[in-house]
Parts: sequence; structure tokens; C-alpha cells
Amino acid sequence: MHYRFDFAALEEYWPDFLSGALTTLQMTAVATVLGLVIGILCAIGRRSPRAWLSGLCGAYVEAVRNTPYLIQIFFIFFGLSSIGVRLPVLAAAILTLVINVGAYTGEIVRAGMDTIPAGQVEAAESLGLSRAQIYWDIILRPALERVYPALTSQFVLMMLASSITSQISAEELTAVANNITSITFRSFETYIVVAFLYLALAVLLKLAFWGLAQALFPRRRRLGTPL
Amino acid sequence: MSAVVSLRDVHKRFGQVEVLRGVTLDIAAGEVVAVIGRSGSGKSTALRCINRLEVIQSGTIEVCGHAVHDPALDLRVLRQDVGMVFQSYNLFPHLTVAENITLAPRRVKRTPRAEARSLAEEALARVGLSDKIDAYPEQLSGGQQQRVAIARSLAMHPKVMLFDEVTSALDPHLTGEVLKVMEGLARGGMTMIVVTHEMGFARRVADRVIFMHTGLVWETGPGQMLAAPQTPELKDFLAADL
Repeated sequence: MHYRFDFAALEEYWPDFLSGALTTLQMTAVATVLGLVIGILCAIGRRSPRAWLSGLCGAYVEAVRNTPYLIQIFFIFFGLSSIGVRLPVLAAAILTLVINVGAYTGEIVRAGMDTIPAGQVEAAESLGLSRAQIYWDIILRPALERVYPALTSQFVLMMLASSITSQISAEELTAVANNITSITFRSFETYIVVAFLYLALAVLLKLAFWGLAQALFPRRRRLGTPL
Repeated sequence: MSAVVSLRDVHKRFGQVEVLRGVTLDIAAGEVVAVIGRSGSGKSTALRCINRLEVIQSGTIEVCGHAVHDPALDLRVLRQDVGMVFQSYNLFPHLTVAENITLAPRRVKRTPRAEARSLAEEALARVGLSDKIDAYPEQLSGGQQQRVAIARSLAMHPKVMLFDEVTSALDPHLTGEVLKVMEGLARGGMTMIVVTHEMGFARRVADRVIFMHTGLVWETGPGQMLAAPQTPELKDFLAADL
């Protein structure tokens, strides 16, 4: 074993690493917000008494959760371009992330909604609240609180999985790293740096989610219930 | 006196099981009615039909001028006139006591925040829990939670209140504090339909007692009827209670 580390060779590429990390972070932020919206709508759809709606949402969830993410990326990216829709690479990458994470969050949110006792909903109905108000105030808020840890770790996983979008050359962290290794031939060092950057991003994300929980769930904060 | 709640030949089935087999009754404004009977006699179902948590198969139900049996009825209008309190309290666990009470006034009646807050204070004063306004439900005893549930209902200023075995989950001591609140409401002129196993309450507070049996109103009369039951079924039921 006579490998000699040469991190100095990477120094000049530091701005590229950072911009790649930033792109990964941006993709993650957009896909988290949109994925959560899709997931919530999908959970509501699956719980609907209308068979066609719950069937449709179920089919989407199962299709996404039972196929590889890489294939989904190719399917969407090449599928869209062959029907003449030319999306910028970054937009296409974010679209695949949203579709992917939407299905996973849909199942998590649905599990949370299913734990809300029917009596809570009856109480809200008896008070004259509308369906939409009940979903928002009585079902969704406590459901999200209950599944928050599962939900946030899903988003961290998604951030890590976003490295696969380098396959359609979205200029995120992994793609940047691939470029750098092909110039410097310092693969080991490059991927060590990239691994630490992903780790830092994951920690950052977890901190952000923790801070968000403090703001969103005042009861946890007041009573000191761990999340 | 005109009836505030009136059921005519109400039938309700769950699948093959006919739970209500032609229930007819009238309840006047300000009247306090205790509904007693065995489990499965249909008393809770009858109560739940009155604010249409259950949909009936035939018959008519009129509540405060709303035709409850009419599928086209706007349920939100009906439910602003009818308050309901449940056996399992059903407070919203993620909201404070104040938020539990102000949610419906704010969402349904668009009451401004400050005004809703004073509604909550007023309702809590009536159930003797003013000091708990900023607590969360899990910080309260069962009896306190049930009193908050009553306050939550009161804050919507209902014309009729339905109580569905509201003390069945409480020990005798906590039952007492909830019944006291209900007695206060009764004395204040609230129209109340109380499904209960508390015979003492039925005898003492109710203007009228309705004994339900096998999905029918079997025997009805003033509280004293419990001392002198006319039908063997009521006699049996009361004997089992002792």
C-alpha cells in the first residue's frame, strides 16, 4: 500500500465542489416542498371513497416504489424528449425527484392520517367544520407531527439519491465530482471530499428540519415531547 | 310548546341489523331528556342520527327547523345549532384548550381571534376551568378534558346539546364534576338530550326519562318513573343496574 494522497490537486476545483453542493441543496429544497405537496394530495386521494381516485393514486405509489429510481429518470428524461418536450436538465432532474419522493411521502403521510381516531373527525364534523377544514386542522397537522421523523429521513434519503441524476448530467455534486476525476485522475480524494460534502449536507438538512419542527409543533416544544 | 327536536318513525339499519325500528319522540325547547337503556338498545344511534353522524333509512327528523332526513340539507348549518359531547372527549390533542374551543368559531363563524378568545374564556368559566385555558389536553384529567369538550361545544352557542355517555369513561369522582357542569347547563335552560347510565342524574335532573329497548322507545315519563317502572323490561334493566 503505497498510495499517496494528493488533496492539493483538488484545491483549484473547490468552487466547483461548492457549486455542485449548492445545486444538490437547491434540488433537494424544491423537491422536498413539491414532493410533500404531491405526497399529501396522494395520501388524500388514496383515502378517498371514490374508487377511481384511490386506485389512480395507489397505482402511482406502487409504480414508483417498485421500480429503480435510475429507470424512472431515464423513463422521464428520454420519454419526454421523444414526445418533443425539451426540459432543461436541472428541471427534468427535479421533476424525477418530485415524482419519486411524492410516492414515498404519500405512503408516510397516509399512515399518519390513518392514525387519527375517527372520533376526532366526528367531533370536528359536529362543530360544523367543512371537509377541507377538517383535513387541514384535524387530520393533516397532527398526522404530519406524528410521522415527522419518517418524513424527514425520507427527504434526506432523497437528497442522497439525487446523486443518480448525474446520469442525465444534472450539474449537481456527483456530476461535478465525476468531471473533476476525469480531469485530475484523483478519484479517491475526490470521492472522499464528496462523501464529506454529502454528510455535511445531510447534517444541515437535519438541523433545518429540527428547527422547522420547533416552529411547526408548539406542543412538542412546550411539553418537551421528543420528536 | 313547540318541539325543537322531533323524530317520526325513524328506522336505521347497519347492514342486516335494524338498530332503530320506528322511533318517534318530541323534545321541547329547554327540556332535559335522559335516554337510558341497555347497550345495543339504539340510544346512542338515535342521538347520532339527530345531528346526522348517522344517516337514517326512513322516517323524518326535524331539528331546530332543519329537515335532517333531507339529503340536500347543509350539514354545517344544522351543526351550528346542535352541540355534541362524546364519551371519549375527542379533544384535538395538538391544540391548546383555547385553540380547541376557538377553532370552530374562527373557522365556521369567522369570529376574529380576540373575540374568539373571549368566547373561550366565557365558556371555560361556565365549566370551571378558567385556569386551564393555555394547557394541552394531555395535561388535563379525564373529567377536565370532558368539561373542556363541553365548553368547546358551548362556544358555538348551540340551541340543543347532545351528550353521548359522556361520563362512561370516568371514575365516580370525575363523573361527579362533569355531571355538576351538566346540571348547571340544565338549570340555565339549555335543551339537552343525555344518553347516560347515570340513573341518579336521570332521576334528579331530567325533565323526562326515555327508556329505549330493542330499537324502540319502550317507556317514557318523568324521573319518578324510575321508582315505579311500568314495563317488565324497564324493571329488569333497573334491577340489573343495582
